[in-house]
Amino acid sequence: MQKDKTIFILFHTIHDVLRMEKILKKQEIIHELVPVPRNLSSDCGMCIKLDDDVEKIRHHLENFEVERSFSFDGGTYEPIDL
Amino acid sequence: MIYLDNAATSFPKPSETLQFLNDFVTGIGGNPGRSGHTLSLEAARIIFNVREKLTSFIGMEDSERLIFTQNGTESLNMALLGLLRENDHVVTTSMEHNSVMRPLEFLHRQRGVSYTTVQCSTEGFLDMDDLVRSMRKNTKAVVINHGSNMTGAIQPIELIKDLIGDTLLIVDACQTIGSVPIDMGSANIDILCFSCHKSLFSIQGVGAIYVRREIDLTPLKFGGTGSKSESIEHPSLMPDKYECGTPNTPGIASLLGGLTFIENEGLEKITKKKGALRDMLVKGLRDIEEVVVYGHGASRSQSHLAVISFNIVNKLSSETGYELNKRSIYTRVGLHCSPVAHQTMGTFPKGTVRVAPGYLTEEGDVGSFLGAVREIAER
Repeated sequence: MQKDKTIFILFHTIHDVLRMEKILKKQEIIHELVPVPRNLSSDCGMCIKLDDDVEKIRHHLENFEVERSFSFDGGTYEPIDL
Repeated sequence: MIYLDNAATSFPKPSETLQFLNDFVTGIGGNPGRSGHTLSLEAARIIFNVREKLTSFIGMEDSERLIFTQNGTESLNMALLGLLRENDHVVTTSMEHNSVMRPLEFLHRQRGVSYTTVQCSTEGFLDMDDLVRSMRKNTKAVVINHGSNMTGAIQPIELIKDLIGDTLLIVDACQTIGSVPIDMGSANIDILCFSCHKSLFSIQGVGAIYVRREIDLTPLKFGGTGSKSESIEHPSLMPDKYECGTPNTPGIASLLGGLTFIENEGLEKITKKKGALRDMLVKGLRDIEEVVVYGHGASRSQSHLAVISFNIVNKLSSETGYELNKRSIYTRVGLHCSPVAHQTMGTFPKGTVRVAPGYLTEEGDVGSFLGAVREIAER
């Protein structure tokens, strides 16, 4: 995945969002918790916005059930498989 | 004032409990996971942290399988009503609280679930041969009170699981958690139910249940979770599957204080001090000629919690409790929501006086209590 794009990772539960946040903090990976963009989902929850290289977390994702993920280039959200 | 009713709820609470509660109520206050703003997120983070800490405290790893409830009763209802179906059989004991007996009786009448109540000794201990004999082909679960709220008798959970094999073991740990170590992993407990406002020192209104992988309970409640909001179908993933509606976040925050206190003190030290208070109480009460102590046989003293039931001969438990209360000594009298346990002890329907010191009880308080009982007994 290109580094110049922002990645949005959506989870099914806030518990999983926070579980991922714990990993990201521990590994000092640049990220932010943001409301799920309304054009991606009508959900009222939070998701992870990753400003770092997604490769750094790929192996951690094996322990998660990711709902969906997107790559954002500043204009459009492209669905991606992580 | 001397508070000796810690088997009902602990009092006073450690300062950490109040600190975490105050920090949440005055500084955060948001509804966890319900909105995109910082205070909602901070509230969710608190619940996440407590969930992780409590999961680790009981020797488990999958924190999403730890569900917060209102109390131990709700946890036990969730386990029994969520698991049992028509033609299932359950084995339980004659030392159970009504939080087990009433759901079982309801299930018997409403769903055709059958149950066998294995008779325990008057001390409150389960006979393992009787347990094995009560098992049937359709026995789905054994539900057992880990530590009696009447005699303080602690059942050998690991041995019980060895004997019942693949049958699910549901443990009511309301009295034991925070008093003695509980490792769900090594004890192979399948479902652990407990309250958090007793020896885990949260404020009232917090309980929990941990459900092992591969066990699927039907939820008792359905509603808003802050997740999957676009769907009217209830989420299937834990913890959201079992937690809906606004949780008791202040209470859960206070639990973080309680767990922090236990961590700083050390559970071993807590167990030891409560054991010493128990021994002092049992010996002191037995030294009073007119007092009968139920259970707490000398040879089994290490298998009892600091929960002691007694009566003064020729006095009603209510009279003794009334006299103690007049001296600002607070115990609990009556049947303690445990009629079957009282039948086992031979104290039904008259009941007993129950004295339950906590970790924050001072030895001097126990001495004053014993002096008061002697005075009441000798009047």
